[in-house]
Amino acid sequence: MRIRLSAEKVHNDFIRKVEDMSGQDLLKCYQCGECSAGCPAAFAMDLLPSQVIRFLQLGEQETVLKSKTIWLCAACQQCYTRCPKGVDLSRIMEAVRDLLMQEQGDKIVIEKLPAEVLAEFPQQAFISGFRKYTA
Amino acid sequence: MTDATPITRVLIIGAGIAGIQAALDIANSGYEVVLVDKEPSIGGRMLQLSETFPTLDCAQCIMTPRTVEAGHHERIRLMTYSEVLAIEGEIGHFTATIQHKAASVNWDLCTGCGLCQEKCPAKVSSPFDRGIAKRKAIYTLSPQAVPNKPIIDRESCTWYTKGKCRLCEKVCPVHAIDYEQQSSTTQVEVGAIILATGYELYGLENLGEYGYGEIPDVVDGLAFERLLSASGPTSGKVRRPSDGKEPKEVVFVQCAGSRAPETAMPYCSKICCMYTAKHAMLYKHRVHDGNAYVFYIDIRAAGKRYEEFYHRAAEEDRVLFIRGKVARVFREGDKVVVWGADTLSGETVEIAADMVVLATAMVPRAETKALAQMLGIPTNEYGFLLPADDNMAPVETARPGVFLAGAATSPKDIPETVAQASGAAAKVLSLFAQWSGVPQAMQALAEAEAL
Amino acid sequence: MRIPYYPGCTLSTKAKGFDRAARDSFAALGIELAELKMWNCCGATFPLSRDNLLDLSGPVRNLAAAAAESDKLAVACSTCFNVLKRSNLVMRNDEEKRERINFFIEAEYAGTVEVLHLLEILRDQVGWENLSKAVKKPLTGLKVAPYYGCMFLRPPKEMGFDDHENPQILENYLRALGAEVAEYPHRAECCGNYIVAFDLDATKEMSYMILASTRRAGADLVVTSCPLCQFNLDRWQGDLTMKRGGFRPIPVLYDTQLLGIALGLDASAFDLDRHYVDPRPVLREKGLL
Repeated sequence: MRIRLSAEKVHNDFIRKVEDMSGQDLLKCYQCGECSAGCPAAFAMDLLPSQVIRFLQLGEQETVLKSKTIWLCAACQQCYTRCPKGVDLSRIMEAVRDLLMQEQGDKIVIEKLPAEVLAEFPQQAFISGFRKYTA
Repeated sequence: MTDATPITRVLIIGAGIAGIQAALDIANSGYEVVLVDKEPSIGGRMLQLSETFPTLDCAQCIMTPRTVEAGHHERIRLMTYSEVLAIEGEIGHFTATIQHKAASVNWDLCTGCGLCQEKCPAKVSSPFDRGIAKRKAIYTLSPQAVPNKPIIDRESCTWYTKGKCRLCEKVCPVHAIDYEQQSSTTQVEVGAIILATGYELYGLENLGEYGYGEIPDVVDGLAFERLLSASGPTSGKVRRPSDGKEPKEVVFVQCAGSRAPETAMPYCSKICCMYTAKHAMLYKHRVHDGNAYVFYIDIRAAGKRYEEFYHRAAEEDRVLFIRGKVARVFREGDKVVVWGADTLSGETVEIAADMVVLATAMVPRAETKALAQMLGIPTNEYGFLLPADDNMAPVETARPGVFLAGAATSPKDIPETVAQASGAAAKVLSLFAQWSGVPQAMQALAEAEAL
Repeated sequence: MRIPYYPGCTLSTKAKGFDRAARDSFAALGIELAELKMWNCCGATFPLSRDNLLDLSGPVRNLAAAAAESDKLAVACSTCFNVLKRSNLVMRNDEEKRERINFFIEAEYAGTVEVLHLLEILRDQVGWENLSKAVKKPLTGLKVAPYYGCMFLRPPKEMGFDDHENPQILENYLRALGAEVAEYPHRAECCGNYIVAFDLDATKEMSYMILASTRRAGADLVVTSCPLCQFNLDRWQGDLTMKRGGFRPIPVLYDTQLLGIALGLDASAFDLDRHYVDPRPVLREKGLL
């Protein structure tokens, strides 16, 4: 199926929200791929980090919202540090996560975490996990 | 405006291909040229190259006729190992003060036999070879140097630094060595000036993610040219700097320091896609079982036969082009690991390379800025010389009588540089023609014929 | 010297050894790390959505509390350091957010506090030479791989006190303590951070890459200053050993634990026994325990 591009689709409301929440201009990205090349979690991702921006540039957020990629971003900021255009991709990832969770609910359910995990993991892991994976 | 007749002599600062082309155009039209270069001999960057794109002509072979002609031309006064200290005056009447640095060799006596260079015991990293080889403290840039006279680098010569040696003096058959030689200055009077000071490459020390220039097997494009060059330190055999082995996996990284407004130079350096394709091809020609990978963002092949050249690299020479900017280059054992991405297939990529060549941005030389200030010529924010108008007056400047040519104004390839040099020369010749009464003479001739 | 100190939640519970070693070591160097009377969790991650002011108010409350006592705040954990420093910059530079957050937390904080990592204090207030002089048990013969992780160095525009592509602060620190530095390429690659709660396999893979590299560089142990990095690197090595033949488990210590040992302090309170990969054998072997 071809993606049908049109004015309404390309810069749709969701995209506008992502830009506003992240403070990033999606069209600054010229898809060089350096973020993907340096991302420590990219090997486990389905979409490359740079592809997340690409689908958002096309107004195709559905593909991004279904991906595993946005949940594997560790906010390590390596992408932003190296981006030749200064695009903060980690902020874009967070905006997408936040918008998706507002609509669909939390990604992890605290009550369902196994007891061993709760016993072992440092507080830090829970707190940052809750912050990133719940709305 | 002074009464004295404007001087039909030109000062050309920079004797690379741009300066030499302009010098020959003007000298061959019957006018005098003073051609200044800070290096001991003329020829600029082209003499560092192996072969040029897209024809794969040998750079020295196409340059040497020019350098020899310029070196012997009766109307070209060569001032090498010299720098312009000051320029005063205005169009038609400039006075330039030029310093001739002390070569420590009497060039009037020197025959260019090369014995001093052969015997000198002091070796130091060679800037001409971009740090991948050494040269002697007394040296010429190449066996075909014009003029073929050496200079002593006082900072690496054992006599100047430690008070020992003087071997060159002992072996020189014509007693041309003169350790006491001082620098001198000359003043020349010219009517017009052409700035053709050329380029430098963005320093590897700025590229932290690619190793800060401290990984021996990560080199820049000019260093790779020296490796490929038949008159280079390895006689054209591709050997990696760390251990001299022939690299079997070579990665070429484009846009190192360019197209990056946030982290380096924002502009595209124009020639790197082409010279990288060339490097990859020449590497494959020499190392038949080698593998060449080029990481790029876009392939810019806009010149004549450039697109075909790029296709040839991929199809005939089997160079693998991977679309994605390299994030990191680091050492692991005796390999250099490259972390890139193939944005087209959506995969991250890792290559354990033997050698990495960075296509770094062309930047103006540091001296260009000082010269521009001396002449009151504006430069842009990166230090490139600004013409009067980028579109309609690319070789003229805001200052009458001062013209520009070559990479000192912006990144460009050889054909463009030669064309610009001839353009600047034409502007100068137009002035000189008016000043030497040619229009009046032609008018008089026409009137006489009409009678 | 007395500096207000922010331990953070993890140092107060699961990483007490890290905290104890920090306080004891600094006391031995003449610096009292005075825990803030009132503090709350920093949030463990800097909020990246611009409209997320709630997650900023937590860390800012700590800064406001510190401001009541001093113009400095010492932090041991790299992640707390990252959150506090970046939140501090928001309070300094963004007038609108400053007003709204101050209104919400009922404070009047304007970014006056300087957030300092313990390593910074060692480098700038103590100095490496003085640190060397204070060493009683030089870590001779111990080859240590410094692990920075992400939070310490990035983003360089905000954290900027060391070169993010070639940091040297841990290296200088280790050398001041008499240790040998293991040079390896992955000292600033992410360990997985909170991904451990979402995709454990990915986290194990990320940690493995770092650890295997330290072993290839000949390291005896790894040092870090973040409890989550310590956990991610330490916890899964049993699995990794099973999955990849040839990988030898390597102990992961906190920078302050090594500091305490080098200063000749009693290491029994540093919880060395609570690590998954026991660091005591190699420390004993080098005569440090």
